[in-house]
Amino acid sequence: MKTDIVLAGVGGQGILSIAATIGTAALMNGLHMKQSEVHGMSQRGGDVQSHMRVSSKEIASDLIPKGAAHLILSVEPLESLRYLPWLHKDGWLVTSSTPYVNITNYPEIEDILKEIKKIKNHIIIDAETIAEQVGTKRASNMVMLGAASPFIDIPFEAFENGIRKIFGRKGDDVVDINLAALRAGREFSGRNR
Amino acid sequence: MAGEKLLLLGDEAIAQGALDAGLSGMYAYPGTPSTEIMEYIQSAPFAIDKKIHRTWSANEKTSMEAALGMSYAGKRALVAMKHVGLNVAADAFVNSSITGVNGGLVVVAADDPSMHSSQNEQDSRFYGKFSLLPILEPSNQQEAYDMTYLGFELSERYKLPVLLRITTRLAHSRAGVQRREVKNENEVSLPKNPTQFVLLPGIARKQYKDLLNKQNDLKAEAEHSPFNKYFDGQDKSKGIIACGLAYNYLIENFEDGKVPYPVLKACQYPLPKNMIHKMFSECKEVLVLEDGAPMIEELLKGYLEKENVKGRLSGALPRDGELNPNLVAVALGLKDEHGLPIPEIMKNRPPAMCQGCGHIDAYNALNEALIDYGTGRVFSDIGCYTLGALPPYNAINSCVDMGASITMAKGAADAGLIPAVAVIGDSTFTHSGITGLLDAVNDKSPITIIISDNFTTGMTGGQHSPALGKIEDICAGVGVEKEHLRIFTPLKKNHDEMVKIMKEELAYNGVSVIIPRRQCIQTMKNKELAEELKALGLK
Ligand SMILES: Cc1ncc(C[n+]2csc(CCOP(=O)(O)OP(=O)(O)O)c2C)c(N)n1
Repeated sequence: MKTDIVLAGVGGQGILSIAATIGTAALMNGLHMKQSEVHGMSQRGGDVQSHMRVSSKEIASDLIPKGAAHLILSVEPLESLRYLPWLHKDGWLVTSSTPYVNITNYPEIEDILKEIKKIKNHIIIDAETIAEQVGTKRASNMVMLGAASPFIDIPFEAFENGIRKIFGRKGDDVVDINLAALRAGREFSGRNR
Repeated sequence: MAGEKLLLLGDEAIAQGALDAGLSGMYAYPGTPSTEIMEYIQSAPFAIDKKIHRTWSANEKTSMEAALGMSYAGKRALVAMKHVGLNVAADAFVNSSITGVNGGLVVVAADDPSMHSSQNEQDSRFYGKFSLLPILEPSNQQEAYDMTYLGFELSERYKLPVLLRITTRLAHSRAGVQRREVKNENEVSLPKNPTQFVLLPGIARKQYKDLLNKQNDLKAEAEHSPFNKYFDGQDKSKGIIACGLAYNYLIENFEDGKVPYPVLKACQYPLPKNMIHKMFSECKEVLVLEDGAPMIEELLKGYLEKENVKGRLSGALPRDGELNPNLVAVALGLKDEHGLPIPEIMKNRPPAMCQGCGHIDAYNALNEALIDYGTGRVFSDIGCYTLGALPPYNAINSCVDMGASITMAKGAADAGLIPAVAVIGDSTFTHSGITGLLDAVNDKSPITIIISDNFTTGMTGGQHSPALGKIEDICAGVGVEKEHLRIFTPLKKNHDEMVKIMKEELAYNGVSVIIPRRQCIQTMKNKELAEELKALGLK
């Protein structure tokens, strides 16, 4: 198996928490992984991306070649479009619908959604509202991961175990909310793909 | 624990490799993409337990020198910096090749091709070659660990510092790393030769000859290095030399990593001459893949261009920027796949100062205070406040190297641009600003220096600032007059007062230092800092 994922968002949105959960899940399944992150300048409100590669075989490049990503997982709609050159023609684009507006020339959200809908395989999800419904807006990144999970070649239980491992220190309540968020995202994709 | 597998960034792999190799001290000044090496050591229970030196230095030169001192005393020391930091440390670094070492010394230079967070993309391998030192260039996280671990041995065997060159991509990419056996630290021991570190000409001349004499051994060493490998290939129409990380991009382009051409994976310099001879004797042309400057390509091509060498100079690859699998595919004549184009509505999202940042209030005041003088006279420096160059502030006119704000303002004032203004951060001020301030004070230059103090080294992630609690004493000690040393809190409600103070100092015909002082909002949750600020009476 092999899944190449481009994670996208804006500096400060915490895409690395998603990466950490996928990484933990992958390792618990004995898979190889490489994950290239963005540190430094762009973390100051700029666009950030992370290339996450999971495979049963050894992985060569830290970067995903263009046209090869099985999944773009974006926590921000405009940012989901920035990485289209990386998306494989049969790949999935899963994005949050909530814009993060920190530039004066941010495009109309309708225009952004129109572009996203042109992609053959896409899921647009209001992760913040769903996260609020299960307990807290802060769990929206786990809703996003849940929504993307059907397109990552790792058993769903592994993600649940990943969350238990990563959030375990913070107590059962935090684990439960994040698990609920993950499952809610998964269900949404099940209904809307 | 030997054999244990950890998931580590390239930077963290270097730190763990050093800890396992019996490190006694790390010295560094923050700089993307090298910062996480020190941060890993600072938070490693093993390092805390063993009291391994792990506090930030004032700049890269002081780190390099302190590490050399630790090596003099027989212990193993690690230094890390971003590529431009090596310019600052260059005097110590280049001369350390003549002194040589006692305890093992590994110097990490983290390059930033494509300038993700830097002013340039200089290739640190040139410094290694220039100084005639062995260079290690890992292609993955495991090698980053192994090379650091073995680098200390190499350093002690040849009694030379070893340069470990990485790039942003490896520094900030995570993968599994297998640990080796943990070694003990060295005991304190003096150099056998008591004049080894005394570079008087008579001694230096002899030691330089020793260094030259080691070069053949270093080349032979590279022939047997576990990090240099020659892979045979059926198709001799070309041979490929892949340096460091570039090797991965090559492998990525072939199913199951089976490259049909002969390949030299080159990760230890000086390069293995026999292997290179072999490639040139059996291949029609040689393609050189380097994630940096075309250093090896130029070397092999030769000034007279008698050899058929391809790479960044020939146009097979772009001359600048980071490599990636697609660029390497093109250089190999393979199909370059792409997904969909980026839609036209896409907008850039440049980094920006945080909402509520004190630098913003300082710039708003400065812009107003300068209205009567006109634009084009603000020399700035490197830090979060450099983002004041962007709209809506458009507040600064330069950003060159750490410390250059004060000295460039001085030079411009000397030329008649009066008043000239310098904007510098607290950490940058103690990194390289103090000596420039001394020049300005000695010449009574008509400049206004704004030291925007946020109690931290902000741009690189909020590290401890060596300037903390010391700035006005330093300025006064250097000779800035008390009446022209002004401090205030940059807040919207203080705007008018700030403008007034700035106008007064701009009108002064000598050196003024203005310190807008307010804590970086990104560090508000930092408990250690909060306690320190309390103890200093700053909070
Ligand atoms: C020689 C050199 N070393 C390190 C860096 C990396 N660097 C860029 S900005 C910065 C922090 C500056 O901190 P400070 O002056 O306090 O300003 P702040 O970011 O907190 O506003 C550092 C360390 C660099 N660009 N050049």
